[in-house]
Amino acid sequence: MADKRIKVDDVIAELRSGMTIGLGGWGSRRKPMALIRAILRSPLTDLTVVTYGGPDVGLLCAAGTVKKLVTGFVSLDSIPLDPWYRAARQRGELEVREYDEGMLQWGLYAASLRLPFLPTRAGLGADVMTLCPELRTVRSPYGDANGDHEELVAVPAIELDAAICHLNRADSAGNAQFLGPDLYFDDLYLGAAKRRFISVERVVPTAELLAAGSVHTLRIHRGMVDGVVEAPRGAHFTECPPDYGRDEELQARYAAAAADPAAWNAFYQEYVS
Amino acid sequence: MTATTTAAARHEVCAVALAEAFRGDGEILASPIGVLPGIAARLARATFAPDLLMSDGVASLINAAGEVEGWLPYRTVFDVVWSGRRHVVMGASQIDRHGNQNIACIGDPRKPKAQLLGMRGAPGNTINHTTTYWVPSHTRRSFVTRVDVVTGVGYDRAAALGERAARFHEIRRVVTDLAVLDFATPDHAMRLASLHPGVALADVLEKTSFPLVFSEPVPVTRLPSDEELHLLRTVLDPAGRGAKEVAAT
Repeated sequence: MADKRIKVDDVIAELRSGMTIGLGGWGSRRKPMALIRAILRSPLTDLTVVTYGGPDVGLLCAAGTVKKLVTGFVSLDSIPLDPWYRAARQRGELEVREYDEGMLQWGLYAASLRLPFLPTRAGLGADVMTLCPELRTVRSPYGDANGDHEELVAVPAIELDAAICHLNRADSAGNAQFLGPDLYFDDLYLGAAKRRFISVERVVPTAELLAAGSVHTLRIHRGMVDGVVEAPRGAHFTECPPDYGRDEELQARYAAAAADPAAWNAFYQEYVS
Repeated sequence: MTATTTAAARHEVCAVALAEAFRGDGEILASPIGVLPGIAARLARATFAPDLLMSDGVASLINAAGEVEGWLPYRTVFDVVWSGRRHVVMGASQIDRHGNQNIACIGDPRKPKAQLLGMRGAPGNTINHTTTYWVPSHTRRSFVTRVDVVTGVGYDRAAALGERAARFHEIRRVVTDLAVLDFATPDHAMRLASLHPGVALADVLEKTSFPLVFSEPVPVTRLPSDEELHLLRTVLDPAGRGAKEVAAT
């Protein structure tokens, strides 16, 4: 079995400016922050970022790295709104696709199944349809008892050039494990992407995976992963239970520093550089 | 039952008005967003809606005894939303007379004056299952003639989609710090259903940017029962967290 262990810089070397990149996790939960920091230190720019956003989006916006964002929301959970994302939006400089949360899942799922779209009722009647002008509806080929054919939103497949997720454990072949309460949609980002990278708290022998959690926690198998980066505390300051909770103190500093260039410089030197 | 010594406070009236939204819902997922809606849903479950399912806000279903009774990761939440077996209580930065809700941003969404939450789950929630709104500060800024962005679908938008597409759409009620509103009118225009005790009709009309439907005398929102007050004060919200969310007292 191939040993897929690579370094942070090996992941960055596979990325190009202008790519569409999916980021796993949810809000300020189990975000691939070690790899986000590496992107921030790199010359990568003009990225299209696809994610249920948290401070990953905020940091990338602060650095001016994001051209377009496809998302259901951007939130720090314990702090409802991310200041850098707000600022980028309020300057009108960001191209955004603010989808309904379920629509984003559907777009990633469609891409992972190699389907051009998946239908849903979510979005009908809401301004997501007018603010995202590429969205179309589709008429069901099946009539109901009255012969009516239902009109539904056709969520387009969201194809990713690369996906980056942070999990709790993996073996060197890329079989990965989530030990927290929710996988979120990490499997769908990996399924929707051409190149699939994960960082993990710890790389362990395959036989040790089941010592930490039941077989149900092994939702990411090696056929879904191209590279594994061992990055202890690689989600910090977002939460990565059961390994660690959110560093609320650092997150609060991150959010507050957005309003103060000197404080931001200090935060950035400490956290990113 | 201990006798209640003080009259119901405004936030307790609001809690009961929000709890009443769940009456008759049966065994569905109650998703109250916010402090007082959470207290209200647990009040409903403790009294007249015992079958409600509730999440801990992370990934577990928690029963009335506080025990984990199921796994509810976000993926399953979306499944439940689209199945229709859910009733959400959402906030609204803006709401109009048809019940269109905005939580996304204020101003032009291409360059907003204030970026807020984004779409979140509002489009999918409102088109798939019952929705109630909780607006803890009833003002002309929240009750607007036209919302800047439609995140949650109102009755006019639903009607334009046609009966079939709109068949799961229902805005049960809107509870504010001053009143209970609903859409029980022929064209589903917002109606003043009841005024909280001590609130003047003129005050609500003045703080609403559009004309409300009402007929006088406007009913008064029901007071919490002694049992409800006891539960609120000793079991569900002994620290009084709900009071902090309500503008009017």
